[in-house]
Amino acid sequence: MIALENVTKRYGSTTVVDDVSLTFGGEGIVALIGPNGAGKSTLFSLVGRLLKPDAGTVSVDGLDVATASSPELATALAVLRQDNHVGARLTVHDLVEFGRFPHSRGRLTEVDRDHIERAIDYLELDAYRGRFLDELSGGQRQRAFIAMVLAQDTRYVLLDEPLNNLDLRHMTEIMKLLRRMADELDKRIVVVLHDINFAATYADRIVAMREGRVVADAPAAEVMDAAVLERVYDTPVDVHEIDGRPVALYYS
Amino acid sequence: MTTAVAETVSAPAPPRPRRAWVGALIGVLLDTLTILSLFIGVSDVSPASLISGGSEGTAAFLLVVSRAPRTVAVVLVGASLGIAGLIMQMLVRNKFVEPGTTGVTEFATFGMLLTIVLWPGLAVMGKMAVAAVFGLLGTWVFLRVIRAIPVRQLVLVPLVGIMLGGIIGSVTTFFAYRLDLLQSLGQWAQGSFSTVMQGRYELVWVAAAMVVVAWFAADRFSVVGLGEEFATNLGLHYQRVVAVGMVIIAVITAAVLVTAGMIPFLGLVVPNVVSLIIGDNVRRAIPWVAGLGALFVVACDILARLIRFPYEIPLSVIVGVIGAALFLWLLLRRRTRAH
Repeated sequence: MIALENVTKRYGSTTVVDDVSLTFGGEGIVALIGPNGAGKSTLFSLVGRLLKPDAGTVSVDGLDVATASSPELATALAVLRQDNHVGARLTVHDLVEFGRFPHSRGRLTEVDRDHIERAIDYLELDAYRGRFLDELSGGQRQRAFIAMVLAQDTRYVLLDEPLNNLDLRHMTEIMKLLRRMADELDKRIVVVLHDINFAATYADRIVAMREGRVVADAPAAEVMDAAVLERVYDTPVDVHEIDGRPVALYYS
Repeated sequence: MTTAVAETVSAPAPPRPRRAWVGALIGVLLDTLTILSLFIGVSDVSPASLISGGSEGTAAFLLVVSRAPRTVAVVLVGASLGIAGLIMQMLVRNKFVEPGTTGVTEFATFGMLLTIVLWPGLAVMGKMAVAAVFGLLGTWVFLRVIRAIPVRQLVLVPLVGIMLGGIIGSVTTFFAYRLDLLQSLGQWAQGSFSTVMQGRYELVWVAAAMVVVAWFAADRFSVVGLGEEFATNLGLHYQRVVAVGMVIIAVITAAVLVTAGMIPFLGLVVPNVVSLIIGDNVRRAIPWVAGLGALFVVACDILARLIRFPYEIPLSVIVGVIGAALFLWLLLRRRTRAH
């Protein structure tokens, strides 16, 4: 379980995360939605021990993030940020190998190599393993980063806007992949999404944030409601039932 | 059939970008030029004179006292400066930095000047230690300053570094001028190995030791090169790795400054060329950077000795001309790629 208890974070006089209490880990995929500046990324930073909360505690499987050893946390929780250094001339294999760092501390064992091979296979990256990251397309690169997270072999995976800059096909591909990871590999994934229809289709639960607070937290179908979404985004949203699934329309 | 089965059982070796022939070429050239460097100079030191003179002859004496120390110093300085540049580029996540473009060298020079004024009798080791401490301060100041730059633009970072270096450099020049020490300053600013001999080069081994440290921590530097968030996610103590990197950079800069003076562009150009050939994995890059850095300085030092033979021109002039040309090429080449 990832548990946040009354977590508050301020930058100067602005409160970015305001007394948030949440738990993740019960569902396969939780989508975190909300307008820009809602505090989603800050929340990830707090869980990923990049920021210290001004109040409240964050724990991962009972380990207090503030005091637990960073290498130990790295075997339980992986956080992938949106700002991935795409200019680095590392090969796909190099990157996936770094995913084993929390386990190997730089000395790879047979077990580590096995994990690396499986992650590369799972993401179907075998043909690209010798390629540099800056020679890959956006979709391939995102898959390489997810392969790294898989090799890290953590129960919890936090992804911050993994669909950024991807085309329709690759967005779908990544979301399907996350679904498979949750179902087949028993991962617990929390993902920040901007496209609420992707959230509705692939997530089990949607947490909506606005101005640092959680304004909705329910199974996907319940959050897909015109009134709820309007409150979250402060803009008119229509929800229609298409082929038995709720679809949000916000192109007015 | 059996081989195919065997291959699937054991994990396949990770394919590396195959540029082995380039590596071999660097190795062969480095060996050749290193040996050549032993036999270049005004006095006659050649295999023939060494054999005829025996172990007591002038040639053997010169080899031990002057030529060998010089060659060792040249090789180690080239290798370690390349590594200092590589580590700095990883810490800053910017391909256009090295100790010379970030104010580190200027801070270390200021430290050197201070030792001359305050502790004139200090041993070379002490001078280097003071210079290293100031280099460390310089690295810290630089990292602080660029943290304040909101947009980490590719070219803005080295520009800020050069400005920082300019400020510290002018303070140093001011004091050197007032204290009548401009000549010493000029001497350090011109990198040269002409005065290197036995008893006056051993500090380069300290720089070489830093290369070994860098090699041990290579994977950590690769990860740090992907950013603080990335490193923290993998359970790395980001600040600790940065601190180790800062020490490596400062000590190498100081050791080179004390033995040879400033050698521009090397730390910038060599890691960039290596990055183009085999990429940014530090563990793989270290032997390449060290080898290519050494080759570059050995070649330039030989040129410096031959162009106006029997006189020498300062090594930094040769390195500056060739390095600047390479740097321009790298800059223009980068612009043609989409960014």
